[in-house]
Amino acid sequence: MNCFELDEISHSYDRETVLKDVTLQLNPGEILGLFGHNGAGKTTTIKLILGLMKPSAGRLSVLGGEAGDPKVSQHIGYLPENVMFYPQLTGREILAHFARLKGASPAQVPELLAQVGLADAMDARTRTYSKGMRQRLGLAQALLGKPRLLMLDEPTVGLDPVATADLYRLLRQLRDEGSGIVLCSHVLPGVEPYIDRAAILTAGALQAVGDLPSLRRQANMPVTLDLTPTGDVSLLEDAVNTAIQGRGAMARRQDGQVMVNVTPQEKMPLLQALLPSGEVADLSIHQPSLEDVYVHFIGAGGLAHRGGAQ
Amino acid sequence: MNAVWTIARKELSDSLRNRWLVAISLVFATLALGIAWFGAAAAGQVGYASTPATIASLASLGIFLIPLIALLLAYDAIVGEEEGGTLLLLMTYPLSRSQLLLGKFLGHGLTLALATVIGFGVAGVAIVLLVEDVAIVSLATAMGRFIGSTILLGLGFIALAYLISVRVSEKPVAAGLALAIWFFFVLIFDLLLLGGLVASEGTLNPELMPWLLMLNPTDIYRLLNIVAFSGSEPLSGVLSLGSDLPVGQAGLWLALVMWCALPLAAALLLFRNRRI
Repeated sequence: MNCFELDEISHSYDRETVLKDVTLQLNPGEILGLFGHNGAGKTTTIKLILGLMKPSAGRLSVLGGEAGDPKVSQHIGYLPENVMFYPQLTGREILAHFARLKGASPAQVPELLAQVGLADAMDARTRTYSKGMRQRLGLAQALLGKPRLLMLDEPTVGLDPVATADLYRLLRQLRDEGSGIVLCSHVLPGVEPYIDRAAILTAGALQAVGDLPSLRRQANMPVTLDLTPTGDVSLLEDAVNTAIQGRGAMARRQDGQVMVNVTPQEKMPLLQALLPSGEVADLSIHQPSLEDVYVHFIGAGGLAHRGGAQ
Repeated sequence: MNAVWTIARKELSDSLRNRWLVAISLVFATLALGIAWFGAAAAGQVGYASTPATIASLASLGIFLIPLIALLLAYDAIVGEEEGGTLLLLMTYPLSRSQLLLGKFLGHGLTLALATVIGFGVAGVAIVLLVEDVAIVSLATAMGRFIGSTILLGLGFIALAYLISVRVSEKPVAAGLALAIWFFFVLIFDLLLLGGLVASEGTLNPELMPWLLMLNPTDIYRLLNIVAFSGSEPLSGVLSLGSDLPVGQAGLWLALVMWCALPLAAALLLFRNRRI
């Protein structure tokens, strides 16, 4: 059973279409990155899955049931962006309150708080908490009752590098135990190593979805070869330019290295032509990062939609 | 039901934590004792006058105080959660909007009911202990009726506060509207009614007028507590319209219950359609 399945989902607010024919599913034991500029439709997608509103068109099932059904919500954990809590209550009291609402045992509260690094602050009122501490408490509430579907909106905001690493370790553990996880973030380099698939939204439409290698193939973006010359750098530069002649790309020199951008299909023929010349002492290949792929898909047209995007 | 009780329990513990419950109980007890002993001071008499006079004075004060306390307690029930950023999170839990609002109603209602019972109950016990030859049965009946109707009046205004809280998106607006509701029912309504009566110069159907009192829960509350002693106290002002009201005590109780149920039902309906 999928964690969720969106089948040609569209949604409009006040006659303005904010989601258009989005088809997407999340499997158990998978971490999906959901990316897009502000206003791209990420929050609407999440709200639909949480059952906070009904889609205008399309079919949606969550954990094999209906979005918003209490039997379904019981198994969902959610961390909103900028999570806020009752300032007059302590971390322990807040988590116990939410545990009761979820039908989970408040007995797990101290352990969960310790897991997110709030063991020493659990009896302090949350009005004294820093943003990072509120974020940790938010994570603890999302983890209540061991959710089968976990949705985290900007989970690393306010977390230091150690806490961020702890968080990703925890998410991997949950994934390995079979939970499906959705991560929304603007910090793409940070999440890249941890997601299994990425979905990229622009102006309410799903531009691309898949794992990073398949997104790179879909994007057909150039890879960068970084070549170290055995001798004279200009000899290597000439050799590269001769080998790729007529294909549009030109070699360039940088810090005694020769760099060239080629399509994935051109990469191996170029290397086969170059290596016998003996001009290459070493090489490294730079694949497009998740951020490069994201920028490619939201594209020049995406700039107009990006508004306050980071 | 568990979810409703979880929400109610938090509201109740909040009112214990921020001393609302204690403060309201103390205010009620002090006022009740003050009125019982010094209510007749203007007539040159100090000491317990009589049960009807005490209840009538308490009810006169109650119509000002109870709606105000209820509105203050409840005006930010939903808009406060939204402004505080917790409403969205709550709604992702296995908790329906109706359960959230009913939980709030139960919590706020229990706070007000406990304060009423403790505050006025203490005063009742003090009267029994300190006043010689007071008719305990009649005092207990009158106090019971007074406390019951006070709780219902409070619940009605809590429901009216929710009606505002589920509609607006800013707390100060909710506070302003809550005050407007208080002004309307406590100060303006009777003036309008009397003004309308005078201005109509008898053209209004006289049988209609008493029914108009049912449109104001504070008038129903006063009628319940004062008409019960009819004969001993002359009805004054707009309440004299109620002397020929064709409904009995049961009708008045029912009207007060409706003043809780209808605004609450309307608030539930509006909340269901609110965009979160």
